[in-house]
Amino acid sequence: MITALMLADSRFPGGGHVHSGGLEEAAARKLVTDEKSLESFLYGRLHTAGLLAAGFAAARGDLAELDAELDARTPSPAQRAASRAQGRGMLRAARRAWPSPRLDELPRDPHHPIVVGVLVDDPYEAALTCAYLSVSGPASAAVRLLGLDPFGVNAIVAGLSDDMRAVALEATKELPAIGSPALDLLAEAHDRHHQEEVRLFGS
Amino acid sequence: MGADHGPDQHDHHHGPTFRIGIGGPVGSGKTALTAALCRALGDQLKLAVVTNDIYTTEDADFLRRAGVLDPARIEAVQTGCCPHTAIRDDITANLDAVERLEERFHGLDLIIIESGGDNLTAVFSRGLVDKQIFVVDVAGGDKVPRKGGPGVTTADLLVINKTDLAPHVGADMDVMVSDAHRMRGELPVITQSLVETPGAPDVAKWVLDQL
Repeated sequence: MITALMLADSRFPGGGHVHSGGLEEAAARKLVTDEKSLESFLYGRLHTAGLLAAGFAAARGDLAELDAELDARTPSPAQRAASRAQGRGMLRAARRAWPSPRLDELPRDPHHPIVVGVLVDDPYEAALTCAYLSVSGPASAAVRLLGLDPFGVNAIVAGLSDDMRAVALEATKELPAIGSPALDLLAEAHDRHHQEEVRLFGS
Repeated sequence: MGADHGPDQHDHHHGPTFRIGIGGPVGSGKTALTAALCRALGDQLKLAVVTNDIYTTEDADFLRRAGVLDPARIEAVQTGCCPHTAIRDDITANLDAVERLEERFHGLDLIIIESGGDNLTAVFSRGLVDKQIFVVDVAGGDKVPRKGGPGVTTADLLVINKTDLAPHVGADMDVMVSDAHRMRGELPVITQSLVETPGAPDVAKWVLDQL
């Protein structure tokens, strides 16, 4: 349980703080402007990208195979890169904190949820960790980018608790294959705009 | 640990390349100093640079335009609105950039990591750099060294920049330098003006002494 808490902590030094999960692009396009629109964004993200990540954190089996399966379910190259960057960062921190031969079975630059699944034994806890991270990162980015009231944003995340539990439970049943075309497009647009104008986050 | 896994090479010690961090407040001249060091040391050292500008590629573009370094030797890091976090609390994005440079160029002698402009408390993690330079400038006010903070008090080198501006902004250099020494004890302080000495010779010599 403590490992899951540490991985979900925004102070965990795995590089998550430079990723907004599409929130920066959504904010730049005025799709998210206030608490109400943030809540919708987070709800949608939790039930799509969050469910997908949670499912692969809960899955057990050959790690290279799971990694390839998640790649196949992540059509946006920018999202693949963001997930692998965070997986690589988590692995770097994990090698110091929780050294184990199992970590050596991971492919190079593994997807983030696959690393969570190796570090957190209990599938439901691993899924819940990813479900929470799928909204906590973008929520923090919204506070930083839009200057939203941190108490209001925190209350929104807390308000999604039941949804997080439901997503984590569903995630332990079978490998999800859910897509989120809007998030895919936002991720690609973020990557494109990073070449042309200011983007403060990696994704 | 498998040799195929990139990240583990920095687990217990820094990678093969010596790393120097350059930090300091916005506008104090970190990028100009980085460019000067590239100019001064580029012929004798195999160099690469990581920039952490808040505007992502602004500093990297400045260095590329300055023509002081092959653009392939410059990596820009995005810091998610928190430049101090990226050099201190969670150095992952910077370590990734360092490793990309080390993979691209074998046998590098020095990687300079320039932080985004931040406040007087922003220092580099010892997990990211071997030595660090903190840059303040005369135009930022001659009280800055007295204010202290970890940047001024603990950096391996304090550079007081833009000394040529002192008479124009009413800054008392003697006060700045004596305050700096009082705050730093034995740690070195260098005053410089890149207008008068564009190659930053004193800082370049200090860098060479660290290698």
